[in-house]
Amino acid sequence: MALSPEEVNHVAMLARLALSEDEKTAFAEQLSLILDYVERLNELDTGEVEPLIHILPVFNVLRPDEALPGSSQEEILSNAPLVEDGQYKVPRII
Amino acid sequence: MDLYKLTVHELQDKLLAGEISSEDIVKSLFSRIAVVEEKAQAFITLCEETAWESARRIDQQGEYGGIKGIPYGLKDLFCTRGIKTTCASRMLENFVPSYESTASKLLNEKGGILLGKLNLDEFAMGSSTEQSAFFPSRNPWDWERVPGGSSGGCAAAVAAGEIPFALASDTGGSIRQPASYCGIVGLKPTYGRVSRWGVAAFASSLDQVGILSRNVRDCALILKIIAGKDLLDASSADIEVPDYSAFLDGEVKGMRIAYPREYFRQGVTESIRTAVMKALRKFEELGAIVEEVSLPHSEYALPAYFIVAPAEASTNLARFDGVRYGWRDGEAANVADMFSLSRAQGFGPEVKRRIMLGTYALSSGYYDAYYLKAMKVRRLIAADFAEVFRDFDLIVSPTTPTTAFQLGEQIDDTLTLYMNDALTVPVNMAGLPGISIPCALDDGLPVGMQLIGRAFDEATLLKAAYAFEQNTDYHRLTPVPGGGINE
Repeated sequence: MALSPEEVNHVAMLARLALSEDEKTAFAEQLSLILDYVERLNELDTGEVEPLIHILPVFNVLRPDEALPGSSQEEILSNAPLVEDGQYKVPRII
Repeated sequence: MDLYKLTVHELQDKLLAGEISSEDIVKSLFSRIAVVEEKAQAFITLCEETAWESARRIDQQGEYGGIKGIPYGLKDLFCTRGIKTTCASRMLENFVPSYESTASKLLNEKGGILLGKLNLDEFAMGSSTEQSAFFPSRNPWDWERVPGGSSGGCAAAVAAGEIPFALASDTGGSIRQPASYCGIVGLKPTYGRVSRWGVAAFASSLDQVGILSRNVRDCALILKIIAGKDLLDASSADIEVPDYSAFLDGEVKGMRIAYPREYFRQGVTESIRTAVMKALRKFEELGAIVEEVSLPHSEYALPAYFIVAPAEASTNLARFDGVRYGWRDGEAANVADMFSLSRAQGFGPEVKRRIMLGTYALSSGYYDAYYLKAMKVRRLIAADFAEVFRDFDLIVSPTTPTTAFQLGEQIDDTLTLYMNDALTVPVNMAGLPGISIPCALDDGLPVGMQLIGRAFDEATLLKAAYAFEQNTDYHRLTPVPGGGINE
């Protein structure tokens, strides 16, 4: 199954990846190869099979809502590329 | 005395006997690193200053035992407070976490000393460390070969004598495959056995924290320390953690061991098949009952993994937006461009490939055909294992279809590269514990044998692995730089 250039553009947009033309060509080819390989899953009739969502039995985990020490605002912001007045700074949105 | 050659237990004995100090160990390891690191290229960051400080502090207290005063390494996707954590990605090249992963915190509380952060394929996506944004690590058995991946830096460092053990993560074989290539022990515990808090997420329904060590006994000691419920990780299991070391009695008499015929096909080389069959005969000699079984859906595990892992990765990596941490494109005029340019510049080719594949598989109209289908196949794979474990205590197979390949040999061949994981991926898909231990040398390169156990039965896994080790010498073989064996 070959991915069209339009599909690659669409997926790159959804994934928020600004790909170069070379990357788009390469990924179209590689993803098509992988999807062809994945096609073999359709050899299996899974009509009656429940999807395995959780590998372990899962239960609600409840606990009292207690405030515990965590990272400070200063620590958290220290990894941000651009900060002003204790806030993240991004390009103009509106 | 070359302390860098010793296991955790040997170091512990010498510390307790007062023969050496923790500073002696740190000194020996840094001397060893100075000699081999140029070739091994295992470390992204060395923590010299803090390691010396911790060793001095522990020596002043003068009490030893367990891992107290013993250095360890971490795959560089464990968050370490105040120490750079890169995930081997340009995206996080300068990221310094303000918190500590639970697993490393538990080691630190027991007096373990972090010596450095180890190389990996970017965000743990790869089988050779050639996808590291910084440099590839190399295999101490032959410097022209890969150490495996994604935890290749950990495996290279442990095998080269740079560190006695390391913690890593395993999503589809990332601990067991490099352990196999480098001739050491690599354990992926049951899904949920060890907290993943503070460990960069790749595929959340598959990821598990585990251990690379020089022998099974060390592995058992460390698992006891890091396993258990963690309030910070809702997926960690609230199931009792046994004293794993107590199960290591060298006995496998009466143990029922299955070997799945499918795991001896799938491109497995003749010499690896022979080596693992020979190991199975050893188990038989020791009194185990060994029988062939079938895991009929095995061949579908890898194609299902191709969907599940990238799909989950694409959502996990959506958090990298250039705003709160990580690489930011400084030129973008609007927010949308800032997202897509930052991500395009910060992520390497393999990560982008998987984000694209995962995004496609989850996109509107394709969810049922891909992700849902894969999750249904996943149930069939888990059911195969459950069926075998009704009659058997353990499943044994090769860890990898081949021994370590040459650097550059497979880098351009995506599908072949993924095939390295064909025998390890099903174990993650079923959430089971698996361990790789060395079981032979093939043309001077280590061969790994994989033992797979029931969920949360790491004790049986370690018991059998230990019995094999006690009756063979493969775990004692060590490479000399440039290839070969020196002991």
